[in-house]
Amino acid sequence: MLTNQEVAEGLLEKFGSQVFDFEEPYGLLTFSTTREEIIPAMEFLRDHKTYQVIFLTDITGIHYPDNAGQEFVVVYHMHSFIHNFRLRIKVALSEADIHIPTATGLFASANWMERETYDFFGILFDGHPNLKRILNIDEMDYFPMRKEYPMEDATREDKIDALFGR
Amino acid sequence: MADIELLPHNVPSQSELPELVEELTTLNLGPTHPATHGIFQNILKMDGEKIVSGEQTIGYIHRAFEKIAERRPFYQITTLTDRMNYCSSPINNLGWHMTVEKLLGVEVPKRAQYIRVIMMELARITDHIICNSILGVDTGAFTGFLYVMQKREEVYEIYEEVCGARLTTNMGRLGGMERDLSSTAIRKIHEFIKSFPPVLRELEKLLNRNRIFMDRTINVGPISLERALSYGFTGPNLRAAGLDYDVRVMNPYSSYQDFEFDVPIGQNGDTYDRYMVRNEEMWQSLRIVEQAINNLPEGPYYADAPEYYLPPKDEVYKNMEALIYHFKIVMGEIDAPAGEVYHAVEGGNGELGFYLISDGGRAPYRLHFRRPSFIYYQAYPEMCKGSSLSDAILTMSSLNVIAGELDA
Repeated sequence: MLTNQEVAEGLLEKFGSQVFDFEEPYGLLTFSTTREEIIPAMEFLRDHKTYQVIFLTDITGIHYPDNAGQEFVVVYHMHSFIHNFRLRIKVALSEADIHIPTATGLFASANWMERETYDFFGILFDGHPNLKRILNIDEMDYFPMRKEYPMEDATREDKIDALFGR
Repeated sequence: MADIELLPHNVPSQSELPELVEELTTLNLGPTHPATHGIFQNILKMDGEKIVSGEQTIGYIHRAFEKIAERRPFYQITTLTDRMNYCSSPINNLGWHMTVEKLLGVEVPKRAQYIRVIMMELARITDHIICNSILGVDTGAFTGFLYVMQKREEVYEIYEEVCGARLTTNMGRLGGMERDLSSTAIRKIHEFIKSFPPVLRELEKLLNRNRIFMDRTINVGPISLERALSYGFTGPNLRAAGLDYDVRVMNPYSSYQDFEFDVPIGQNGDTYDRYMVRNEEMWQSLRIVEQAINNLPEGPYYADAPEYYLPPKDEVYKNMEALIYHFKIVMGEIDAPAGEVYHAVEGGNGELGFYLISDGGRAPYRLHFRRPSFIYYQAYPEMCKGSSLSDAILTMSSLNVIAGELDA
Protein backbone atom coordinates (compact mmCIF):
# COMPACT_ATOMS: atom_id res chain seq x y z
CA MET A 1 0.00 0.00 0.00
CA LEU A 2 1.45 3.28 -1.15
CA THR A 3 1.02 6.29 1.10
CA ASN A 4 0.71 9.90 0.06
CA GLN A 5 3.74 10.69 2.20
CA GLU A 6 5.90 8.19 0.37
CA VAL A 7 5.06 9.46 -3.11
CA ALA A 8 5.36 13.10 -2.04
CA GLU A 9 8.85 12.42 -0.68
CA GLY A 10 9.84 10.61 -3.86
CA LEU A 11 8.66 13.53 -5.96
CA LEU A 12 10.41 16.09 -3.78
CA GLU A 13 13.62 14.12 -3.98
CA LYS A 14 13.46 14.00 -7.77
CA PHE A 15 12.08 17.43 -8.59
CA GLY A 16 12.96 19.51 -5.53
CA SER A 17 11.30 22.89 -5.50
CA GLN A 18 9.62 22.28 -8.86
CA VAL A 19 6.82 20.39 -7.09
CA PHE A 20 4.97 22.33 -4.43
CA ASP A 21 1.64 22.97 -2.71
CA PHE A 22 1.14 19.41 -1.46
CA GLU A 23 -2.36 18.82 -0.14
CA GLU A 24 -4.66 15.92 0.68
CA PRO A 25 -8.26 17.02 0.07
CA TYR A 26 -10.45 14.02 0.95
CA GLY A 27 -7.37 11.83 1.08
CA LEU A 28 -6.28 12.38 -2.53
CA LEU A 29 -2.66 13.44 -2.97
CA THR A 30 -2.68 16.78 -4.79
CA PHE A 31 0.30 18.84 -5.79
CA SER A 32 1.29 21.52 -8.24
CA THR A 33 4.15 21.72 -10.64
CA THR A 34 5.31 23.96 -13.43
CA ARG A 35 4.60 23.39 -17.07
CA GLU A 36 8.27 22.65 -17.71
CA GLU A 37 8.15 19.76 -15.26
CA ILE A 38 4.68 18.34 -15.87
CA ILE A 39 5.66 15.85 -18.56
CA PRO A 40 8.83 14.70 -16.75
CA ALA A 41 6.78 14.35 -13.54
CA MET A 42 4.13 12.22 -15.24
CA GLU A 43 6.80 10.15 -16.94
CA PHE A 44 8.60 9.69 -13.62
CA LEU A 45 5.39 8.49 -11.94
CA ARG A 46 4.50 6.20 -14.82
CA ASP A 47 7.89 4.55 -15.21
CA HIS A 48 8.79 4.40 -11.52
CA LYS A 49 9.48 0.82 -10.48
CA THR A 50 7.33 0.83 -7.35
CA TYR A 51 4.72 3.55 -7.97
CA GLN A 52 3.61 2.43 -11.46
CA VAL A 53 1.06 5.20 -11.90
CA ILE A 54 0.30 3.89 -15.36
CA PHE A 55 -3.22 5.19 -15.90
CA LEU A 56 -4.24 8.70 -16.88
CA THR A 57 -7.77 9.06 -15.56
CA ASP A 58 -8.62 12.55 -16.60
CA ILE A 59 -7.41 15.93 -17.84
CA THR A 60 -9.45 19.05 -17.38
CA GLY A 61 -9.13 22.79 -16.90
CA ILE A 62 -10.35 25.37 -14.41
CA HIS A 63 -10.64 29.11 -14.89
CA TYR A 64 -9.91 31.48 -12.01
CA PRO A 65 -10.30 34.92 -13.63
CA ASP A 66 -9.33 36.73 -10.42
CA ASN A 67 -5.96 35.01 -9.97
CA ALA A 68 -3.81 37.45 -11.89
CA GLY A 69 -0.98 35.64 -13.65
CA GLN A 70 -2.48 32.21 -12.86
CA GLU A 71 -5.87 32.43 -14.49
CA PHE A 72 -5.95 28.86 -15.76
CA VAL A 73 -5.24 25.59 -14.08
CA VAL A 74 -4.84 22.27 -15.90
CA VAL A 75 -5.70 19.32 -13.69
CA TYR A 76 -4.44 15.78 -14.27
CA HIS A 77 -5.82 12.77 -12.41
CA MET A 78 -3.69 9.64 -12.40
CA HIS A 79 -4.16 6.18 -10.99
CA SER A 80 -1.85 3.32 -10.05
CA PHE A 81 -3.82 0.09 -10.24
CA ILE A 82 -1.21 -2.03 -8.55
CA HIS A 83 -1.33 0.07 -5.37
CA ASN A 84 -4.84 1.45 -5.85
CA PHE A 85 -3.34 4.89 -5.50
CA ARG A 86 -4.74 8.03 -7.06
CA LEU A 87 -3.15 11.44 -7.35
CA ARG A 88 -3.88 14.82 -8.82
CA ILE A 89 -1.44 17.22 -10.46
CA LYS A 90 -2.14 20.87 -11.13
CA VAL A 91 -0.36 23.28 -13.40
CA ALA A 92 -1.20 26.97 -13.27
CA LEU A 93 -0.96 29.01 -16.47
CA SER A 94 -1.32 32.70 -17.16
CA GLU A 95 -3.79 33.96 -19.70
CA ALA A 96 -1.09 35.84 -21.58
CA ASP A 97 0.99 32.72 -22.13
CA ILE A 98 -1.47 29.86 -22.22
CA HIS A 99 0.81 27.06 -23.42
CA ILE A 100 1.51 23.67 -21.90
CA PRO A 101 3.25 20.65 -23.42
CA THR A 102 1.06 17.78 -24.54
CA ALA A 103 0.86 14.44 -22.76
CA THR A 104 -0.08 12.53 -25.91
CA GLY A 105 3.44 11.14 -26.08
CA LEU A 106 2.89 9.37 -22.76
CA PHE A 107 -0.78 8.40 -22.95
CA ALA A 108 -2.87 7.90 -26.07
CA SER A 109 -5.98 8.88 -24.09
CA ALA A 110 -4.62 12.40 -23.58
CA ASN A 111 -5.47 13.20 -27.19
CA TRP A 112 -9.19 13.84 -26.77
CA MET A 113 -8.95 14.99 -23.18
CA GLU A 114 -6.61 17.77 -24.28
CA ARG A 115 -8.78 18.61 -27.26
CA GLU A 116 -11.74 18.94 -24.91
CA THR A 117 -9.75 21.19 -22.58
CA TYR A 118 -8.67 23.31 -25.52
CA ASP A 119 -12.22 23.43 -26.83
CA PHE A 120 -13.66 24.77 -23.58
CA PHE A 121 -10.82 26.83 -22.13
CA GLY A 122 -8.53 27.65 -25.05
CA ILE A 123 -5.51 26.08 -23.38
CA LEU A 124 -2.91 25.35 -26.06
CA PHE A 125 -1.20 21.99 -25.78
CA ASP A 126 2.11 22.34 -27.61
CA GLY A 127 3.01 19.37 -29.76
CA HIS A 128 -0.52 17.96 -29.86
CA PRO A 129 -1.04 16.11 -33.17
CA ASN A 130 -4.53 17.43 -33.88
CA LEU A 131 -5.45 20.31 -31.60
CA LYS A 132 -8.86 21.40 -32.80
CA ARG A 133 -12.34 21.68 -31.34
CA ILE A 134 -14.05 18.45 -30.47
CA LEU A 135 -17.52 19.01 -29.02
CA ASN A 136 -18.26 22.53 -30.24
CA ILE A 137 -18.45 23.68 -33.83
CA ASP A 138 -15.25 24.72 -35.57
CA GLU A 139 -16.59 28.20 -36.31
CA MET A 140 -16.96 29.08 -32.65
CA ASP A 141 -14.74 32.05 -31.82
CA TYR A 142 -14.73 31.87 -28.03
CA PHE A 143 -14.04 29.35 -25.28
CA PRO A 144 -17.34 28.74 -23.53
CA MET A 145 -16.25 27.37 -20.15
CA ARG A 146 -14.38 30.53 -19.29
CA LYS A 147 -16.07 32.43 -16.52
CA GLU A 148 -16.60 35.58 -18.61
CA TYR A 149 -19.37 33.82 -20.51
CA PRO A 150 -22.35 33.80 -18.18
CA MET A 151 -25.02 31.17 -18.50
CA GLU A 152 -28.00 33.44 -18.22
CA ASP A 153 -28.93 36.33 -20.41
CA ALA A 154 -27.56 39.33 -18.48
CA THR A 155 -30.44 41.57 -19.54
CA ARG A 156 -33.07 39.46 -17.81
CA GLU A 157 -34.57 41.06 -14.75
CA ASP A 158 -36.86 38.31 -13.52
CA LYS A 159 -34.01 36.17 -12.23
CA ILE A 160 -32.08 37.92 -9.50
CA ASP A 161 -28.87 36.36 -8.29
CA ALA A 162 -29.66 37.24 -4.70
CA LEU A 163 -32.71 35.00 -4.81
CA PHE A 164 -31.86 32.39 -7.41
CA GLY A 165 -28.67 30.55 -8.11
CA ARG A 166 -25.23 31.74 -7.15
CA MET B 1 -11.91 -23.47 -88.39
CA ALA B 2 -8.31 -22.72 -87.76
CA ASP B 3 -8.39 -19.19 -89.09
CA ILE B 4 -11.31 -17.97 -86.90
CA GLU B 5 -10.07 -15.19 -84.68
CA LEU B 6 -11.15 -15.60 -81.11
CA LEU B 7 -10.66 -12.00 -80.11
CA PRO B 8 -12.10 -8.98 -81.84
CA HIS B 9 -9.54 -6.54 -83.12
CA ASN B 10 -10.50 -3.64 -80.87
CA VAL B 11 -9.68 -5.36 -77.52
CA PRO B 12 -6.27 -4.16 -76.43
CA SER B 13 -3.81 -6.71 -75.24
CA GLN B 14 -2.87 -6.92 -71.56
CA SER B 15 0.19 -4.73 -71.97
CA GLU B 16 -1.80 -1.93 -73.57
CA LEU B 17 -4.45 -1.61 -70.77
CA PRO B 18 -4.35 1.71 -68.95
CA GLU B 19 -2.75 1.31 -65.54
CA LEU B 20 -5.24 0.72 -62.72
CA VAL B 21 -5.45 3.69 -60.41
CA GLU B 22 -5.86 2.78 -56.75
CA GLU B 23 -8.46 5.02 -55.33
CA LEU B 24 -9.78 5.21 -51.79
CA THR B 25 -13.45 5.76 -51.17
CA THR B 26 -14.64 8.06 -48.45
CA LEU B 27 -17.61 6.72 -46.58
CA ASN B 28 -19.70 8.67 -44.13
CA LEU B 29 -20.90 6.37 -41.38
CA GLY B 30 -23.35 8.58 -39.57
CA PRO B 31 -24.29 11.05 -38.11
CA THR B 32 -27.60 9.22 -38.31
CA HIS B 33 -27.02 5.65 -39.22
CA PRO B 34 -28.94 2.73 -37.77
CA ALA B 35 -25.72 0.93 -36.93
CA THR B 36 -24.16 3.70 -34.88
CA HIS B 37 -26.96 3.61 -32.26
CA GLY B 38 -26.53 7.29 -31.60
CA ILE B 39 -25.64 10.51 -33.26
CA PHE B 40 -21.98 10.54 -34.15
CA GLN B 41 -20.13 10.45 -37.41
CA ASN B 42 -17.27 8.35 -38.67
CA ILE B 43 -15.54 9.41 -41.84
CA LEU B 44 -13.96 6.23 -43.11
CA LYS B 45 -11.39 5.90 -45.86
CA MET B 46 -12.14 2.62 -47.55
CA ASP B 47 -10.09 0.49 -49.86
CA GLY B 48 -12.83 -1.69 -51.30
CA GLU B 49 -14.39 -3.13 -48.19
CA LYS B 50 -11.37 -2.65 -45.96
CA ILE B 51 -11.05 0.34 -43.70
CA VAL B 52 -7.80 2.20 -44.20
CA SER B 53 -8.32 4.97 -41.69
CA GLY B 54 -11.12 6.65 -39.87
CA GLU B 55 -11.85 9.93 -38.24
CA GLN B 56 -14.65 10.60 -35.80
CA THR B 57 -16.71 13.71 -35.51
CA ILE B 58 -18.53 13.96 -32.22
CA GLY B 59 -20.47 16.61 -30.39
CA TYR B 60 -23.77 16.39 -32.21
CA ILE B 61 -25.72 16.24 -28.98
CA HIS B 62 -23.41 18.28 -26.81
CA ARG B 63 -25.58 20.08 -24.28
CA ALA B 64 -23.00 21.96 -22.19
CA PHE B 65 -23.82 20.14 -18.95
CA GLU B 66 -20.65 21.33 -17.27
CA LYS B 67 -21.51 24.94 -17.97
CA ILE B 68 -25.16 24.57 -16.96
CA ALA B 69 -24.06 22.92 -13.73
CA GLU B 70 -22.19 26.05 -12.72
CA ARG B 71 -25.53 27.85 -12.31
CA ARG B 72 -27.52 25.14 -10.62
CA PRO B 73 -27.93 24.08 -7.02
CA PHE B 74 -26.49 20.64 -6.34
CA TYR B 75 -29.76 18.75 -6.31
CA GLN B 76 -30.77 20.13 -9.71
CA ILE B 77 -27.68 18.72 -11.37
CA THR B 78 -28.98 15.17 -10.96
CA THR B 79 -31.30 15.69 -13.90
CA LEU B 80 -28.31 16.54 -16.07
CA THR B 81 -26.54 13.33 -15.14
CA ASP B 82 -29.60 11.31 -16.22
CA ARG B 83 -29.02 12.33 -19.75
CA MET B 84 -25.45 11.16 -20.03
CA ASN B 85 -25.59 7.38 -20.13
CA TYR B 86 -29.32 7.04 -20.57
CA CYS B 87 -29.14 3.24 -20.60
CA SER B 88 -28.19 3.25 -16.94
CA SER B 89 -29.29 6.61 -15.52
CA PRO B 90 -29.54 5.49 -11.86
CA ILE B 91 -25.79 4.86 -11.74
CA ASN B 92 -25.14 8.42 -12.91
CA ASN B 93 -27.69 9.89 -10.49
CA LEU B 94 -26.50 8.01 -7.46
CA GLY B 95 -22.85 8.53 -8.37
CA TRP B 96 -23.47 12.27 -8.41
CA HIS B 97 -25.26 12.17 -5.04
CA MET B 98 -22.35 10.25 -3.56
CA THR B 99 -19.93 12.89 -4.87
CA VAL B 100 -21.85 15.69 -3.18
CA GLU B 101 -22.26 13.63 0.00
CA LYS B 102 -18.50 13.18 0.04
CA LEU B 103 -18.08 16.95 -0.24
CA LEU B 104 -20.64 17.64 2.48
CA GLY B 105 -19.47 14.81 4.72
CA VAL B 106 -22.93 13.24 4.96
CA GLU B 107 -23.03 9.62 6.11
CA VAL B 108 -25.79 7.70 4.35
CA PRO B 109 -27.59 5.02 6.40
CA LYS B 110 -27.05 1.38 5.52
CA ARG B 111 -30.57 0.81 4.22
CA ALA B 112 -30.27 3.63 1.69
CA GLN B 113 -26.88 2.30 0.61
CA TYR B 114 -28.36 -1.14 -0.01
CA ILE B 115 -31.30 0.30 -1.95
CA ARG B 116 -28.81 2.23 -4.05
CA VAL B 117 -26.79 -0.90 -4.72
CA ILE B 118 -29.94 -2.71 -5.86
CA MET B 119 -30.87 0.11 -8.22
CA MET B 120 -27.37 0.50 -9.60
CA GLU B 121 -27.02 -3.21 -10.30
CA LEU B 122 -30.42 -3.35 -11.98
CA ALA B 123 -29.26 -0.42 -14.07
CA ARG B 124 -26.10 -2.30 -14.99
CA ILE B 125 -28.22 -5.22 -16.14
CA THR B 126 -30.37 -2.99 -18.37
CA ASP B 127 -27.24 -1.37 -19.76
CA HIS B 128 -25.60 -4.67 -20.60
CA ILE B 129 -28.67 -6.36 -22.04
CA ILE B 130 -29.04 -3.47 -24.46
CA CYS B 131 -25.42 -3.70 -25.53
CA ASN B 132 -25.35 -7.47 -25.88
CA SER B 133 -28.71 -7.93 -27.55
CA ILE B 134 -27.99 -5.09 -29.99
CA LEU B 135 -24.72 -6.83 -30.79
CA GLY B 136 -26.88 -9.82 -31.65
CA VAL B 137 -29.04 -7.62 -33.89
CA ASP B 138 -25.97 -6.29 -35.66
CA THR B 139 -24.83 -9.82 -36.41
CA GLY B 140 -28.27 -10.67 -37.72
CA ALA B 141 -30.00 -12.27 -34.74
CA PHE B 142 -32.99 -10.10 -34.02
CA THR B 143 -34.94 -12.50 -31.82
CA GLY B 144 -32.79 -12.35 -28.71
CA PHE B 145 -33.21 -8.62 -28.57
CA LEU B 146 -36.96 -8.94 -28.24
CA TYR B 147 -36.70 -11.53 -25.47
CA VAL B 148 -34.53 -9.41 -23.24
CA MET B 149 -36.30 -6.14 -24.05
CA GLN B 150 -39.26 -7.50 -22.15
CA LYS B 151 -37.06 -7.87 -19.08
CA ARG B 152 -35.76 -4.34 -19.40
CA GLU B 153 -39.36 -3.25 -19.30
CA GLU B 154 -39.72 -5.00 -15.95
CA VAL B 155 -36.68 -3.19 -14.58
CA TYR B 156 -38.18 0.09 -15.77
CA GLU B 157 -41.30 -0.77 -13.81
CA ILE B 158 -39.14 -1.18 -10.73
CA TYR B 159 -37.61 2.26 -11.42
CA GLU B 160 -41.10 3.66 -11.70
CA GLU B 161 -41.98 2.20 -8.35
CA VAL B 162 -38.84 3.62 -6.73
CA CYS B 163 -38.61 7.08 -8.27
CA GLY B 164 -41.62 7.61 -10.53
CA ALA B 165 -39.75 7.79 -13.81
CA ARG B 166 -38.49 5.26 -16.30
CA LEU B 167 -35.68 6.52 -18.46
CA THR B 168 -34.47 9.81 -17.03
CA THR B 169 -34.84 8.64 -13.50
CA ASN B 170 -33.56 11.49 -11.29
CA MET B 171 -33.28 8.84 -8.61
CA GLY B 172 -32.28 9.35 -5.02
CA ARG B 173 -31.66 12.52 -3.06
CA LEU B 174 -28.65 14.02 -1.37
CA GLY B 175 -28.41 11.97 1.80
CA GLY B 176 -30.42 8.94 0.78
CA MET B 177 -33.39 7.96 -1.30
CA GLU B 178 -36.54 9.99 -1.87
CA ARG B 179 -38.75 7.19 -0.55
CA ASP B 180 -38.43 3.77 0.97
CA LEU B 181 -38.78 0.63 -1.12
CA SER B 182 -42.50 -0.03 -1.33
CA SER B 183 -43.87 -3.53 -0.91
CA THR B 184 -44.67 -3.51 -4.64
CA ALA B 185 -41.09 -2.62 -5.47
CA ILE B 186 -39.77 -5.42 -3.26
CA ARG B 187 -42.18 -7.89 -4.84
CA LYS B 188 -41.16 -6.79 -8.32
CA ILE B 189 -37.47 -7.09 -7.53
CA HIS B 190 -38.00 -10.62 -6.21
CA GLU B 191 -40.00 -11.46 -9.31
CA PHE B 192 -37.24 -10.10 -11.51
CA ILE B 193 -34.59 -12.16 -9.74
CA LYS B 194 -36.68 -15.25 -10.43
CA SER B 195 -37.75 -14.50 -14.00
CA PHE B 196 -34.58 -13.00 -15.43
CA PRO B 197 -32.20 -16.02 -15.35
CA PRO B 198 -34.25 -18.16 -17.78
CA VAL B 199 -34.38 -15.27 -20.25
CA LEU B 200 -30.69 -14.53 -19.97
CA ARG B 201 -29.96 -18.23 -20.37
CA GLU B 202 -32.05 -18.19 -23.52
CA LEU B 203 -30.00 -15.30 -24.91
CA GLU B 204 -26.83 -17.18 -23.98
CA LYS B 205 -28.08 -20.28 -25.72
CA LEU B 206 -28.83 -18.20 -28.79
CA LEU B 207 -25.44 -16.50 -29.01
CA ASN B 208 -22.63 -17.79 -26.77
CA ARG B 209 -21.73 -20.94 -28.70
CA ASN B 210 -23.45 -19.99 -31.93
CA ARG B 211 -21.10 -20.75 -34.81
CA ILE B 212 -22.15 -17.72 -36.85
CA PHE B 213 -21.97 -15.37 -33.90
CA MET B 214 -18.55 -16.66 -32.87
CA ASP B 215 -17.19 -16.39 -36.41
CA ARG B 216 -18.46 -12.86 -36.64
CA THR B 217 -17.08 -11.69 -33.30
CA ILE B 218 -13.94 -13.62 -32.37
CA ASN B 219 -10.84 -11.64 -33.27
CA VAL B 220 -12.93 -8.71 -34.43
CA GLY B 221 -11.78 -5.34 -33.17
CA PRO B 222 -9.19 -6.63 -30.74
CA ILE B 223 -7.14 -4.34 -28.53
CA SER B 224 -4.14 -5.35 -26.47
CA LEU B 225 -4.12 -4.62 -22.75
CA GLU B 226 -1.23 -2.22 -23.14
CA ARG B 227 -3.05 -0.13 -25.76
CA ALA B 228 -6.29 -0.33 -23.82
CA LEU B 229 -4.61 1.14 -20.76
CA SER B 230 -2.91 3.81 -22.81
CA TYR B 231 -6.27 4.71 -24.32
CA GLY B 232 -7.87 4.99 -20.90
CA PHE B 233 -10.23 2.03 -21.22
CA THR B 234 -12.20 1.16 -18.11
CA GLY B 235 -15.12 -1.06 -17.28
CA PRO B 236 -16.12 -4.13 -19.30
CA ASN B 237 -13.99 -3.08 -22.27
CA LEU B 238 -10.81 -3.00 -20.19
CA ARG B 239 -11.74 -6.20 -18.39
CA ALA B 240 -12.24 -7.92 -21.76
CA ALA B 241 -8.62 -7.03 -22.52
CA GLY B 242 -7.55 -8.83 -19.37
CA LEU B 243 -7.26 -6.48 -16.40
CA ASP B 244 -9.63 -6.95 -13.46
CA TYR B 245 -10.01 -3.27 -12.64
CA ASP B 246 -13.41 -2.59 -11.17
CA VAL B 247 -14.15 0.53 -9.13
CA ARG B 248 -16.65 -1.42 -7.04
CA VAL B 249 -13.86 -3.65 -5.78
CA MET B 250 -10.96 -1.26 -5.73
CA ASN B 251 -12.65 1.75 -4.15
CA PRO B 252 -15.86 0.31 -2.69
CA TYR B 253 -18.63 2.86 -2.34
CA SER B 254 -22.16 2.49 -1.05
CA SER B 255 -21.35 -0.75 0.87
CA TYR B 256 -20.14 -2.77 -2.11
CA GLN B 257 -17.66 -4.40 0.24
CA ASP B 258 -20.56 -6.24 1.91
CA PHE B 259 -21.38 -8.25 -1.19
CA GLU B 260 -19.77 -11.23 -2.73
CA PHE B 261 -19.29 -11.13 -6.48
CA ASP B 262 -16.70 -11.99 -9.09
CA VAL B 263 -15.09 -9.70 -11.62
CA PRO B 264 -15.08 -11.51 -14.97
CA ILE B 265 -12.21 -10.84 -17.33
CA GLY B 266 -11.45 -11.71 -20.94
CA GLN B 267 -8.20 -12.42 -22.71
CA ASN B 268 -8.07 -11.00 -26.21
CA GLY B 269 -10.00 -7.77 -25.88
CA ASP B 270 -12.03 -8.60 -28.97
CA THR B 271 -15.72 -8.26 -29.59
CA TYR B 272 -16.51 -11.76 -28.37
CA ASP B 273 -14.67 -11.18 -25.09
CA ARG B 274 -16.45 -7.90 -24.54
CA TYR B 275 -19.74 -9.70 -25.11
CA MET B 276 -18.83 -12.50 -22.72
CA VAL B 277 -17.62 -10.13 -19.99
CA ARG B 278 -20.87 -8.18 -20.13
CA ASN B 279 -22.83 -11.39 -20.14
CA GLU B 280 -21.09 -12.67 -17.02
CA GLU B 281 -21.41 -9.29 -15.34
CA MET B 282 -25.17 -9.55 -15.59
CA TRP B 283 -25.07 -12.77 -13.58
CA GLN B 284 -22.85 -11.10 -11.02
CA SER B 285 -25.14 -8.08 -10.83
CA LEU B 286 -28.06 -10.40 -10.26
CA ARG B 287 -26.10 -12.04 -7.45
CA ILE B 288 -25.53 -8.65 -5.83
CA VAL B 289 -29.19 -7.66 -6.16
CA GLU B 290 -30.21 -10.95 -4.57
CA GLN B 291 -27.84 -10.53 -1.64
CA ALA B 292 -28.87 -6.92 -1.12
CA ILE B 293 -32.62 -7.51 -1.18
CA ASN B 294 -32.36 -10.52 1.12
CA ASN B 295 -30.18 -8.71 3.64
CA LEU B 296 -31.85 -5.33 3.38
CA PRO B 297 -31.15 -3.65 6.74
CA GLU B 298 -33.90 -2.00 8.73
CA GLY B 299 -33.67 1.66 9.55
CA PRO B 300 -34.07 5.05 7.95
CA TYR B 301 -33.64 5.46 4.21
CA TYR B 302 -32.17 8.94 4.43
CA ALA B 303 -29.43 10.58 6.44
CA ASP B 304 -30.05 12.87 9.35
CA ALA B 305 -28.98 15.95 7.42
CA PRO B 306 -31.94 18.32 7.55
CA GLU B 307 -30.11 21.15 5.81
CA TYR B 308 -29.71 19.03 2.66
CA TYR B 309 -32.49 16.45 2.71
CA LEU B 310 -36.01 17.73 2.00
CA PRO B 311 -38.19 17.17 5.10
CA PRO B 312 -41.37 15.04 4.86
CA LYS B 313 -44.26 17.11 3.56
CA ASP B 314 -46.53 16.76 6.61
CA GLU B 315 -43.67 17.98 8.81
CA VAL B 316 -43.43 21.12 6.69
CA TYR B 317 -46.99 22.08 7.67
CA LYS B 318 -46.57 21.40 11.37
CA ASN B 319 -42.97 22.10 12.20
CA MET B 320 -41.24 25.48 11.95
CA GLU B 321 -37.71 24.11 11.39
CA ALA B 322 -38.95 21.78 8.69
CA LEU B 323 -40.63 24.71 6.95
CA ILE B 324 -37.44 26.75 7.07
CA TYR B 325 -35.33 23.92 5.70
CA HIS B 326 -37.91 23.13 3.06
CA PHE B 327 -37.85 26.75 1.89
CA LYS B 328 -34.08 27.00 1.93
CA ILE B 329 -33.58 23.76 0.01
CA VAL B 330 -36.23 24.52 -2.59
CA MET B 331 -34.90 28.03 -3.15
CA GLY B 332 -31.37 26.67 -3.47
CA GLU B 333 -30.04 28.67 -0.55
CA ILE B 334 -27.87 25.94 0.87
CA ASP B 335 -24.20 26.79 0.93
CA ALA B 336 -21.82 23.91 0.46
CA PRO B 337 -18.39 23.86 2.06
CA ALA B 338 -15.44 24.78 -0.12
CA GLY B 339 -13.55 21.76 -1.31
CA GLU B 340 -12.34 19.63 -4.13
CA VAL B 341 -13.64 16.10 -4.65
CA TYR B 342 -13.06 13.38 -7.18
CA HIS B 343 -15.45 10.49 -6.85
CA ALA B 344 -15.67 7.56 -9.22
CA VAL B 345 -18.32 4.90 -9.60
CA GLU B 346 -18.41 1.88 -11.85
CA GLY B 347 -20.81 2.99 -14.57
CA GLY B 348 -22.21 0.78 -17.28
CA ASN B 349 -19.21 1.54 -19.47
CA GLY B 350 -16.48 2.02 -16.93
CA GLU B 351 -15.16 4.49 -14.45
CA LEU B 352 -17.63 7.35 -14.30
CA GLY B 353 -15.88 10.14 -12.42
CA PHE B 354 -17.16 13.40 -11.01
CA TYR B 355 -14.60 16.09 -10.36
CA LEU B 356 -16.30 18.74 -8.30
CA ILE B 357 -14.79 22.01 -7.13
CA SER B 358 -16.85 24.00 -4.70
CA ASP B 359 -15.87 27.50 -3.64
CA GLY B 360 -18.42 27.54 -0.85
CA GLY B 361 -21.26 28.76 -3.01
CA ARG B 362 -24.63 27.28 -3.86
CA ALA B 363 -23.56 25.77 -7.15
CA PRO B 364 -20.32 24.06 -8.15
CA TYR B 365 -17.50 26.37 -9.14
CA ARG B 366 -16.44 23.78 -11.65
CA LEU B 367 -17.80 20.34 -12.38
CA HIS B 368 -16.18 17.91 -14.74
CA PHE B 369 -17.57 14.55 -15.73
CA ARG B 370 -15.06 11.86 -16.53
CA ARG B 371 -17.14 10.03 -19.11
CA PRO B 372 -15.81 6.58 -19.97
CA SER B 373 -17.32 6.50 -23.50
CA PHE B 374 -15.68 9.78 -24.41
CA ILE B 375 -12.27 8.56 -23.40
CA TYR B 376 -12.27 5.11 -24.94
CA TYR B 377 -14.08 5.94 -28.16
CA GLN B 378 -10.93 7.63 -29.48
CA ALA B 379 -9.38 4.17 -29.85
CA TYR B 380 -12.01 3.19 -32.40
CA PRO B 381 -10.07 4.02 -35.63
CA GLU B 382 -7.11 2.04 -34.37
CA MET B 383 -9.33 -0.90 -33.47
CA CYS B 384 -11.10 -1.14 -36.81
CA LYS B 385 -8.15 -0.34 -39.04
CA GLY B 386 -7.79 -3.03 -41.70
CA SER B 387 -11.06 -4.72 -40.88
CA SER B 388 -14.11 -4.79 -43.08
CA LEU B 389 -16.98 -2.37 -42.63
CA SER B 390 -19.32 -5.00 -41.23
CA ASP B 391 -16.74 -5.92 -38.58
CA ALA B 392 -16.19 -2.28 -37.71
CA ILE B 393 -19.89 -1.94 -36.97
CA LEU B 394 -19.72 -4.87 -34.57
CA THR B 395 -16.68 -3.34 -32.89
CA MET B 396 -18.54 -0.12 -32.33
CA SER B 397 -21.59 -1.94 -31.08
CA SER B 398 -19.58 -3.97 -28.59
CA LEU B 399 -17.80 -0.87 -27.27
CA ASN B 400 -21.23 0.38 -26.21
CA VAL B 401 -20.62 4.01 -27.06
CA ILE B 402 -23.57 6.01 -25.78
CA ALA B 403 -23.94 9.32 -27.59
CA GLY B 404 -25.28 11.12 -24.53
CA GLU B 405 -22.28 10.15 -22.47
CA LEU B 406 -19.88 10.83 -25.32
CA ASP B 407 -21.00 14.41 -25.74
CA ALA B 408 -22.34 15.39 -22.30
